[in-house]
Amino acid sequence: MNLYELTIHEAHNLLKSREISSQELTKSVLDRVESVEPRVGSYITVAGETAMTQAELADKAIAKGNITHLTGIPLAIKDLICTKDLRTTCASKILENFVPPYDAFVIKKLKKAGAVIVGKVNMDEFAMGSSTEHSGIKLTNNPWDLSYIPGGSSGGSAAAVAADMCLGSLGSDTGGSIRQPASYCGVVGMKPTYGRVSRFGLVAFASSLDQIGPLTKNVTDCAVLMNAISGYDAGDSTSVPMDVPDYTTFLEKGLKGVKIGIPREYNALSGLDAEVSEAVKNAVKTIEGIGAECVEVSLPHSEYAVAAYYVIAPSEASSNLARYDGVKYGLRDKNKNDLIEMYKSTRSMGFGSEVKRRIIIGTYCLSAGYYDAYYRKASQVRTLITEDFKKAFKSCDVLLSPVAPTPAFKTGERTEDPLKMYLSDIFTLSANLAGIPGMSVPCGFSSQGLPIGLQIIGKHFNEEKMIKVAYNFEQATDFHNKKPVL
Amino acid sequence: MEFEPVIGLEVHAQLKTDTKIFCNCSTSFGAPPNTHTCPVCLGMPGMLPVLNKKVVEYTIKMALATNCKIEHKSRFARKNYFYPDLPKGYQISQYEFPIAQFGYIDIEVGDYSKRVGITRIHMEEDAGKLSHDPGRPISLVDFNRTGVPLMEIVSEPDIRSPEEAGNYLRQMRSIVRYLGICDGNMEEGSFRCDANVSIRAIGTEQFGTRAELKNLNSFKHVEKALHYEINRQKEIVFHGGKVVQETRLWDPVANSSKSMRGKEEAHDYRYFPDPDLLPLIIDENWIDAVRKTLPELPAEKKKRFITEYGLPSYDADVLTASLATANYFEDCLKIFPGSKTVSNWIMGSLMGLLNAEGKTIEQSPISSQNLAQLLRLIKEGVISGKIAKVIFEDMAKTERAPDKIVKEKGLVQVTDVSAIEKIILKVLADNAKEVDDYRNGKTKLLGFFVGQVMKNTKGKANPKIVNDVLKEKLGK
Repeated sequence: MNLYELTIHEAHNLLKSREISSQELTKSVLDRVESVEPRVGSYITVAGETAMTQAELADKAIAKGNITHLTGIPLAIKDLICTKDLRTTCASKILENFVPPYDAFVIKKLKKAGAVIVGKVNMDEFAMGSSTEHSGIKLTNNPWDLSYIPGGSSGGSAAAVAADMCLGSLGSDTGGSIRQPASYCGVVGMKPTYGRVSRFGLVAFASSLDQIGPLTKNVTDCAVLMNAISGYDAGDSTSVPMDVPDYTTFLEKGLKGVKIGIPREYNALSGLDAEVSEAVKNAVKTIEGIGAECVEVSLPHSEYAVAAYYVIAPSEASSNLARYDGVKYGLRDKNKNDLIEMYKSTRSMGFGSEVKRRIIIGTYCLSAGYYDAYYRKASQVRTLITEDFKKAFKSCDVLLSPVAPTPAFKTGERTEDPLKMYLSDIFTLSANLAGIPGMSVPCGFSSQGLPIGLQIIGKHFNEEKMIKVAYNFEQATDFHNKKPVL
Repeated sequence: MEFEPVIGLEVHAQLKTDTKIFCNCSTSFGAPPNTHTCPVCLGMPGMLPVLNKKVVEYTIKMALATNCKIEHKSRFARKNYFYPDLPKGYQISQYEFPIAQFGYIDIEVGDYSKRVGITRIHMEEDAGKLSHDPGRPISLVDFNRTGVPLMEIVSEPDIRSPEEAGNYLRQMRSIVRYLGICDGNMEEGSFRCDANVSIRAIGTEQFGTRAELKNLNSFKHVEKALHYEINRQKEIVFHGGKVVQETRLWDPVANSSKSMRGKEEAHDYRYFPDPDLLPLIIDENWIDAVRKTLPELPAEKKKRFITEYGLPSYDADVLTASLATANYFEDCLKIFPGSKTVSNWIMGSLMGLLNAEGKTIEQSPISSQNLAQLLRLIKEGVISGKIAKVIFEDMAKTERAPDKIVKEKGLVQVTDVSAIEKIILKVLADNAKEVDDYRNGKTKLLGFFVGQVMKNTKGKANPKIVNDVLKEKLGK
């Protein structure tokens, strides 16, 4: 077995018993990156040298008996999460050469835990997209079929995990950006409760929806990374001062007494692929078979989620992206002497079409005379959607649904039709609007051999229950053991 | 037709917190450009604001001092516009849900007093500062001021004259200084004011179209600019024209204003709640705790000075204009309980001295203790009022205590009647002709004899004794 194929937990055990060193492990991952990166295209920046230095330090720490679950573990970081002295582009031309002088809170935590950062991975520009095709830097291909997209926006993370180009990855999820690519690439992805993980150092797309989370090879690793990144940060006013449970203690067998809710409205959605529907139904049966009880629930305002989301997210984005004006850092058109001309030219050159589209939509929605009809109305819908979930969770512990209506689609297939692209987030973005946690676990393959994901949605700050359900499902199936051939 | 002006004022007060409103950078003034900055106030990618509680506390103080209703839940909002001094491309402010509303203050203008309503008070961050290079086509930006906390106080359109506006501002400044939350320095920009002005026919209810005046950076200019604006609008209406809604910039050199932008060019700031900051929750306990720290405010203090010390309204006004002056006055009274005498000396000699030296009362070379002692020396007859002036000047220069100066210079008043008698007899002997003249009815000459005696005693003789003895001797 190649070291790069290990899960985090497996590698940890081998490091702990000194059967392998972090330098060997990291070298193996870097070699793997070198060999498959030209086909997959996950990495924007490979930090080989610093990774090896970090691995060396990890080995020294381990030799002294200082080992955490992440000491010496090579991870890939979405290029939207700031890393000190390591270029952070947000997959945008406007920040192509931006090197942050600070670490994001989660990066500080990972570094403190002794993790090795292999590099920064691709995404849709500023996390706006569902296919990673909107990257301003490069294209990422789905490891299961290189002519397909890996999903997005954390497509680089999902592809890197699926192709064994890292042992685990951090992504961010604003409307499904962790779960949907996890589903498309056959890996585990978790969007934690809003406020569970600090957003300090996460470059903002839509501040009230963004949340950092892990993409991993299995549920155990998801619990390990969740342990590492969760927790209150005084530097993020929206992070919540609440104790974090040890998520790995919920990796236990048995689902007796667990109530599973199946949203009635999700089955009626048009555009739901038959194979996806079938795979999810089978997954529900499997979970029932382990001892969980299934109930039908209703989320009556689901049909308005996409509309509300595509008002709120672009509105916040239009404001969040105003700082990229060529004055302080990043791209600047130096040929323009007039201020307004410099603004216009810099932003025209620096932003891609999808980012521009959303800035324009958001600017419109917040404008005088339109604010009440769009932003305020969407915020009201958001409250209704949150109430829907609260009611549904009175009769169940977690909800199950597809992650996306279809498996991964072909590169270029939906770029001309933004609406169709937006609809691929239909099952995921409600969780962001409500601030609740959502997770994707592999639950099957299409006839073409593309992975399908099952979504588990939980109550606020109840990630442990989702991890328990996901772990039991994983133990009862072997979808997670299948690997793409590269 | 008679017109009356309708004026509303927006005051921006820079709060005297040690650190900025959303990061830990220093707020101190005068540092080299861009040295009081960090990734948060520079608007770097991924950085988040964390509210400085001190800013909230200071604003609660102001809200209590101006009789506002403090909202238990308020929100920060983003005001979006592009400008190089605004690193995030938006200013964090409050919009729909300000921290405090529905207040008022009472002001006095000449012989009447009136109540001016406070529409709202809110918190926001300041922007940076641009400087334009005159030699090259470039501008430089200094972000030291970016994120310095500001408190905006918006009045109701209750003000009816430039004088009322001036007094409203003076009263506001006095309150923020009493509270110790703002320097209140208009020239340095820590206390700024914009004015909304319109005119209407007296007796009508409806407001006219208003113009907003900016760049009013001294009390003098506020009143001047308002007079100018009211006359400008009257001229327009008298000539059958219509006032247009616009923002006008006051030019203090030209003593006139010019249009900055019209209604059509007004910004659409696209306000929306800042998702990076949770709603601000203020409970009664917090408000009560802040209430307990409130000092006696200028209006209350003035009333007390009139009733407790029997001072005229004018004196009470001057002495309570700043907390330091009021404290100085009361400190003096502890040693020398003659309130009107103390008031006269502070308003006269002391303020004259401070004005001449460009000092504040905190920087006074003469401490309250020393001034009070000086007054006691006069009262006790140790020195004369005339000598006191000399000692006062010495105190101003040397900062010494008056009794030391008296001792060192031998300025103790001569009250020994026999000693004075001796001198008087000598003076009378030396001026026999004048003595004859006096006795023949030229009683005006008394002053001459007093002068001679004083000259002989270097001013130290007790004037009352001198007078009495002189009259007695000359009467013979």
